[in-house]
Parts: sequence; structure tokens; C-alpha cells
Amino acid sequence: MNSLWLPVANPDFFAQVGPWFMALPHCKKLGLELVAAEKGKVTIKLPFKPELIGNPETRVLHGGVVTSLIDTSSGVALYTLLHVPEAAATLDLRIDYLRPAKPDLPLYCTAECYRLTDSIAFTRATAYQDDPAKPVAHSVATFARTSPTDKSEA
Amino acid sequence: MEQSTSELCSGISSYAMLEKVLEQIPYAKLLGVQVREQDEQPLFYLPYAEKNIGNILLPAIHGGVIGGFLENAAVLHLMWARESAGIPRIVDFSIDYLRSARALDLYGRCDIVRQGKRVANVLMTAWQDDPAKPVAMARAHFLLA
Repeated sequence: MNSLWLPVANPDFFAQVGPWFMALPHCKKLGLELVAAEKGKVTIKLPFKPELIGNPETRVLHGGVVTSLIDTSSGVALYTLLHVPEAAATLDLRIDYLRPAKPDLPLYCTAECYRLTDSIAFTRATAYQDDPAKPVAHSVATFARTSPTDKSEA
Repeated sequence: MEQSTSELCSGISSYAMLEKVLEQIPYAKLLGVQVREQDEQPLFYLPYAEKNIGNILLPAIHGGVIGGFLENAAVLHLMWARESAGIPRIVDFSIDYLRSARALDLYGRCDIVRQGKRVANVLMTAWQDDPAKPVAMARAHFLLA
């Protein structure tokens, strides 16, 4: 991933939209926390909770939880590039599950919007726990900008 | 916990057992997933709940909830179809969102496209009031236990 830091496109706008996303009912239910944001990139934390387990024998997180975290992070990453509010809808999301998410540890997702056109946002994301070099999942997604008023490109 | 674990390992041979296994998966309980039989196949459904909303403006069900719901359905469908032990492990998951899922009940069903010795390919479809207008379609690969 591109690692040179830049501030989000519109800090005042993002300061509102970031917490707004985290307060959405399902995000709140999962306990998502926005931990970092820069131009084109965000990191969101999912604290471990027993109710997010998918396999009661091994206590690993349910894949669906990873899907929600990645979908949300990828969507929020796109808003780091925008100056004004607009709607975006996930078109598709593909996830490779590289290793199970260990119980009792938070799961982080760093998502990057690496290309933004007038109508489409392209994102990629990595979910990891204590070691970013051993990711839990990799993902790519596309989003449709449904009311593109913001012509900024990335 | 001991008993529930052994139930999970012994496989699924009835719809009642499918329901029991659902109850033992914390995340499926969190979403509120239910199952019944339709056309000799499991039909999964998710009664509308405010906690599953991901867009408060439309409002619409969170895309991750739809993904998680379908992924969970595929796991259980595989366990049901194979009547055998162990929880299949997901390898990859790919979902197309076709229209926004409104504040309504969500339904899902699965088809096993191909089942080899070690890997299965499953197709999943989710819809709301009209099965001809799916809200999402997904496919996934699983490693069979």
C-alpha cells in the first residue's frame, strides 16, 4: 500500500462523516472504532466480543464479522477523498480469508481507496490482528457513487 | 458447552438440528438468523431488526450483514447437505450487491455448484419481497473438514 501520508481531503467534513459511520446501528452493534484516517486510507478497529464468534469450538470470529468490518472500512476510505457528502453503494466485495481471526484480540482493517472516478470507487483492504505481516483477510471492492457532485480524483 | 460442541461435530441431519446449530453460533444469533424448510432445501431468513441497519438515510440493511448472513447460510447448507462432521472453513467469498436491501425481512438460499473431496463451491442468493429481484448474489469456496 501507498504509505506517504496526506491529510484527508476535507478534515471538517470527515470529522463529521467518520463518527457518523461508526454510529450506524450495525457498526455500533459490532463496536467499530475509527482509529486513523488520511487521504485515501482509514484504519478501523473491531474489539473482540464473544457474540462475534463463528465457531464455538475454536472461538474464531465469524467470517461475516470480517465482511462487515471490511465493507465498512472500504466505504469510509472513499470519504477521505471527498469534500462534500454524497451517497455510495457497494457494488461488489471479494474477500480472501488467509487465516482465522484469533479470539480475544481486536481485529483491525486498513482500507485504501486507490482509484476514484466520477462514478466508481476502487478499494482494497487488509484485516489483521497483532501482526500486520500475517493478515487475516485481503479484500478488493468497488463502490458506485450514486450522486457524484464531487469531481475530485485520486 | 461440551454437549453443544459434540452436536456441532456430529453433523446435521434434520431441520431441527439446523436450528439447534444456528443457536450455537454466536454471530448468527447476534444477527437473528432463522431457518426453515422450503422445496426440500433450507431457506434462511433474517427478520428485520434495527441493529442490522447500515444506512439510516434509505434506510438499508448493512452490506456486511447481508454478506455475513449468506456466508453463514452457506456453511450451514454445506453441513446439512453433507450430513457429516465438522464446520467447513471459508477460503474466499465474493458478493455482488444488486439493489439496496430495505428495512424488510431478508431471505437466502444456497446451491452447491461443485463439491470435490476437499473444496466446495457454493452459490448464494438473497432477496426480500420478490425472489425474482435478488438484493445480492455471492459465491464462496470452502475447505471441507
